[in-house]
Amino acid sequence: MSATSFPVRSTSPRPPRPTVVRLVTLVARREILAHVRTRSFWVSTAILLALVLGGILASSFLGEKIGQPPKVAAVPEVVAHVEAVGLTYVEVPDQVAAERAVRDKTVGAAVLLGADGALVVVGLDAWPTTVAQTLAVLPKMQTLEPVKTDEGMRFLVSIAFGIVFAMAAVTFGMTIAQNTVTEKQTRVVEILLSAVPTRALLAGKVIGNSVLALGQTTAIAAVAVLGLVVTQRDALLGQIGAPVAWFVLFFAVGFVLLASMFAASAALVSRQEDLSAVVQPVTWLVMTPYLLVVFFNSNPMVLTVMSYVPFSAPVGMPVRLFLGEASWWEPLLSLVVLVASTVLVVGVGARVYERSVLRMGTRVRLGEALRAR
Amino acid sequence: MAGVIALEHVSKRFGDRVALDDVGFEVRSGRLTGFVGGNGAGKTTAMRILMGVLTADSGQVLIDGRPLDGATRRGFGYMPEERGLYPKMKVLEHLAYLARLHGYDDQAARQRAQALLERLGLAARANDPVDALSLGNQQRAQIAAALVHDPEVLVLDEPFSGLDPIAVDAVVAVLKERAAGGVPVLFSSHQLDVVERLCDDLVIIAGGTIRAAGEREELRAQFSTSRFELSASDLGWLRAEPGVTVVDLTDGEVVFDADEATAQRVLGSALDRGPVARFAPVTPSLAEIFREVMADSQEVRA
Repeated sequence: MSATSFPVRSTSPRPPRPTVVRLVTLVARREILAHVRTRSFWVSTAILLALVLGGILASSFLGEKIGQPPKVAAVPEVVAHVEAVGLTYVEVPDQVAAERAVRDKTVGAAVLLGADGALVVVGLDAWPTTVAQTLAVLPKMQTLEPVKTDEGMRFLVSIAFGIVFAMAAVTFGMTIAQNTVTEKQTRVVEILLSAVPTRALLAGKVIGNSVLALGQTTAIAAVAVLGLVVTQRDALLGQIGAPVAWFVLFFAVGFVLLASMFAASAALVSRQEDLSAVVQPVTWLVMTPYLLVVFFNSNPMVLTVMSYVPFSAPVGMPVRLFLGEASWWEPLLSLVVLVASTVLVVGVGARVYERSVLRMGTRVRLGEALRAR
Repeated sequence: MAGVIALEHVSKRFGDRVALDDVGFEVRSGRLTGFVGGNGAGKTTAMRILMGVLTADSGQVLIDGRPLDGATRRGFGYMPEERGLYPKMKVLEHLAYLARLHGYDDQAARQRAQALLERLGLAARANDPVDALSLGNQQRAQIAAALVHDPEVLVLDEPFSGLDPIAVDAVVAVLKERAAGGVPVLFSSHQLDVVERLCDDLVIIAGGTIRAAGEREELRAQFSTSRFELSASDLGWLRAEPGVTVVDLTDGEVVFDADEATAQRVLGSALDRGPVARFAPVTPSLAEIFREVMADSQEVRA
């Protein structure tokens, strides 16, 4: 089409106004494209996924290595004993040679025969516990109930859920907040709102960023599962599969709630410089579940409360499911609570956003934005 | 097609400051209306209220006599005072996005954006991000953003500021075409020569109140009722003529204030005394009208 044939006058009829669904889709699509076209998005996503996979592989590798007793030096009298329990060993002629080997660090410990005929395990400057345990005769063990998750795993998995939630929520929540302020600061919002109803603009922004956040979280979950499959930790995978699926579901709803809070908070200010102060309460709300889960992951009471409070449920409930502390109906109930509070918060958030987004200049007070006109 | 946009009794305060006081004017279909006033006179506030970006304390905005609602405003094209586009978005993509928001499908949106950029001499920068453009080019992009969806009404806050004369001409041409297509166009400007050349109607605002409004020629006539200029060889006698106030007397040329009948009598006397090279009512330029209105309004305030 050449410049001169451009119908400057409206000779052709104008197209019909787009539906709200179409408008929301257009806004969401722009948010997503604007984000995925930045190099930083791909770099940070790649680093994040590499960290998750690397962490799982490393923990598997280290776990095997640390748990294993070191090579030992054994005097002839104890060789049969040492061999029987499957320790790797070098045979040395006497106690002096054994101690020298320990000092040289060619072995981790020495196994000798004491004057009373009992075995003596000699370390250099740390108790040679793993070797002693291997040689010890333990009574047989049983439990009445199924074995609970061990402490280390409980800690790692809780923190993993906490970190992934906090990171994704803060990253994409701040993206929404920054976009909202950019739109205000550049006044593009005035042009947008001359085409789009305020709520459609907000909905598009929230949905677009939720898709991004959920996409990244799902990718992390997928990589984590992949890592567990590769390292053949099937037992852990069986234990963690369902909680991860619940986590993604809870996150999808929970992020919509947080995103509308980020957008509403950001709409109160007109300059990027004022943004951090105004989103701080929301940021704390996002960080709290992470901090709670770090300090209280062995406190069933705190976890139970967390798993029902909407802001922390996406972390609390999956952790409890992983620990086997939640009944089958609990995630469903918690999800209902979360969905209900999301509907409520989105409603309030939309109201604040609607009343503030066109108010330039000084910060709009929250009470002012909420008050009915 | 929209007919008349009208502000009626619109008032707005910001704290103690009265930004608009009982402001009323019309923007008519198919006409370019220039909105003129000094800094802080209330132009931007009035335009923001017209666009619904700001709510008036009292008064209303009407379209063809009906209150203007949000859905109707969505057919408007708006250029805000502070320029606003997404800084990182490519120009063409940005314009196409705005056209899509107004209902154009992907292909039509891109075609319209591309054609408009060519019209405004910005086609070479179509794939540059907005913030990579010079200020003048950002300005053109901003104008394109207001025009890309073939708006039913155009509201442009200072569309010409920062444009070079060639760009001004390109924008003027586009605006005239839109107006010829029946679109009411309201634009504010400090550049009185452009307003004078372009606008059909004129609204002058000062200190938050409308000082003058109407068709450009009417306003000119209104402000030029009493002043005449006369060129002849001998003019000294004019000072003694009753009903005449001499404003300026130079060799062979006089500017004087008088009513129509007195002026005709003066012309007769001058012809009796010798040949008259020129006799005409003085039509004030827009700048002169503007200054006069401003001076009046300052007296009012003082």
